[in-house]
Amino acid sequence: MPHRITSARKLMQGNEACVHGALYAGCRFFGGYPITPSTEIAEGMARLLPKCGGHFIQMEDEIASMASIIGASLTGTKSMTATSGPGFSLMQENIGYAYITEVPVVVVNVQRGGPSTGLPTKIAQADTMQARYGTHGDYQAITVAPASVRECFEQTVKAFNFAERFRTPVTMLTDEVLGHMREMITIPESGELEVVDREKPDVPHEWYHHFEITPTLVSPMASMGDGYRYHVTGLVHDQDGFPTANPNEIKAKMDKLRNKIVRFADEVTQLDVEMVDDAGIVVFAYGTTARAARQAVHMAREKRIRAGLIRPITIWPFPDDQLRELLAHVRRVLVVELNQGQLIHEIERVAPKTCKVAGLTRYDGEVLNPVEIFKRILEVK
Amino acid sequence: MMADPIQSSNVTYDYLRVKKRFPNVWCAGCGIGTVMGSIIRAIDKMGYSKDEVALVSGIGCSSRLPVYCDFNTLHTTHGRAIAFATGVKLAKPSLKVIVVTGDGDGLAIGGNHFIHACRRNIDITTVLINNQIYGMTGGQCSPTTPHDSFAATAPYGNMEKGFDPTTLAKAAGASYVARGTVYHVQQLDKLIYGGLNKKGFAMVEAFSNCHTYYGRLNKEGDAVAMLKLMKEHAMPVKAAKVLPPEKLEGKFLTGVLWDVEMPEYCELYQNLIDSFQEKDKE
Ligand SMILES: Cc1ncc(C[n+]2csc(CCOP(=O)(O)OP(=O)(O)O)c2C)c(N)n1
Ligand code: SF4
Repeated sequence: MPHRITSARKLMQGNEACVHGALYAGCRFFGGYPITPSTEIAEGMARLLPKCGGHFIQMEDEIASMASIIGASLTGTKSMTATSGPGFSLMQENIGYAYITEVPVVVVNVQRGGPSTGLPTKIAQADTMQARYGTHGDYQAITVAPASVRECFEQTVKAFNFAERFRTPVTMLTDEVLGHMREMITIPESGELEVVDREKPDVPHEWYHHFEITPTLVSPMASMGDGYRYHVTGLVHDQDGFPTANPNEIKAKMDKLRNKIVRFADEVTQLDVEMVDDAGIVVFAYGTTARAARQAVHMAREKRIRAGLIRPITIWPFPDDQLRELLAHVRRVLVVELNQGQLIHEIERVAPKTCKVAGLTRYDGEVLNPVEIFKRILEVK
Repeated sequence: MMADPIQSSNVTYDYLRVKKRFPNVWCAGCGIGTVMGSIIRAIDKMGYSKDEVALVSGIGCSSRLPVYCDFNTLHTTHGRAIAFATGVKLAKPSLKVIVVTGDGDGLAIGGNHFIHACRRNIDITTVLINNQIYGMTGGQCSPTTPHDSFAATAPYGNMEKGFDPTTLAKAAGASYVARGTVYHVQQLDKLIYGGLNKKGFAMVEAFSNCHTYYGRLNKEGDAVAMLKLMKEHAMPVKAAKVLPPEKLEGKFLTGVLWDVEMPEYCELYQNLIDSFQEKDKE
């Protein structure tokens, strides 16, 4: 059953937009556990999924939620969960399972302050590195981060597209403010946004290898019950999915996991770049913080300070090459984030020697406002 | 008398990944292989095609079972098999979903998923292989290790007492609860068959031997000696009904312990979806 909403223009919360984006992308399974500030996503899914012929289930915890969406995705159903810090931590072991078994799923983390129970009703961007390195072992993460309600919709669709294209879990990082903020959005018509579906095998059962090393390194994925009986395990496995202890096969699997994303990273990179061409100072920020940063940059321009903005919409893989190029002629980069300094280390890693890196952080549960950012621009310019 | 088809068949071979996955990881004489045979014979008797069966497990010696079987097989994370299986079943209810778990996997780390799947009464058959110890990691205490028994992490005897998985499953809301042993193989076949036949959550405890750890640490002897103990201590539930309590001392009950009809979760959900579809048509 298709997903329909009655009126195309709607005043909507970020969390609601995420629900509609997921349904637009073809998500038909949601397993979740309530947690502030993400709960509206689960509630929206509970209401709308059965109307679209899909399934919602409230699991007993986030470990089970993550497990359930992986199981559902293996049957060929696009699946999602949504949570916040404590739940994201609980999901990590099974997120790793999705990496190694190459199962496409989408995990939305509406960030709040941490560690632990932290600040349930207040904003933070402190899970930025957890989205990249949260589970154990070596892997490549894909993470998108919208900055408006409209983008919550679009980036949820993108998150599904990346998950399906690369057969991998994708995280979407939003935050308490974005999740609860209301903005007017126009719901795209069906067909207006690209929707990607996983590649399915077209070979007979005997020829099928669930983890075949293909030119794109992404293997066609049969659904359970379609007549391709295969084995799935979190143990490192060969191209048929059976556990292996052979060093060559182990390395081939680990290289596949890495290179299927690293080699095609350009396909997922999304950068919003404003007024950087002539800029002496560039502000680097994502999500809600980037909204204030944009205003601060405009305030600086009004004062004839050549400021610009780089806003990563895809945070992971980190856009190393693009940033090296963009920062080549910039003297200063100011990394603004709602944590004690996370992405600043990535910027320090990629910024050319000619570009000095400064930071502005806030981690008291409040947003950074444009004036604060503007003042910091004046300090470091 | 007609031979029981389940007893006279030797069908397991047809369902195994014989060329790819053998020899197996289990110790010679381990009861897990016997349970595998019972699961396969029960599936065969149900007449399921290999393609419609999803066999899901967690982590442990017992959870290695699916890799040897030619179904859709899913070897998940420790304790989480039932949660993965819930996603598989709900997203595609036409699949016949069977979970294989151990006493540690299903009742310690996975205990929460176990009780909630019973409560939901989702149509999954769970075979819990209870060897009263953690085999895979070398004989540590499990939630079914009896009080005063020895384990690698209970070198002075277990101070805790063990769970009874069957009373737990019944109390949590399962539709069908049974217990068999790897000594009583034909009965185990039937009990698992009964579980598969049940619309709802079915839990079959398969009492098994880990002679390598439990047997050695508790001086119960080798695999054969442990099977003999099962023979001596198992008491069919029907026979137990007519015996005085003193005759049941030291015995454990086997057979179908609980069997009721209750609304099944996936069906209830489908009714909801259908009701929206009907509204759409109007
Ligand atoms: C999260 C996690 N913790 C611990 C382990 C280590 N581990 C592997 S198997 C196992 C116990 C399995 O015991 P049981 O379920 O009784 O199965 P058996 O080996 O006895 O069949 C443990 C603790 C693990 N794999 N994952
Ligand atoms: S360690 Fe115990 S449970 Fe594991 S295979 Fe050996 S006998 Fe079986």
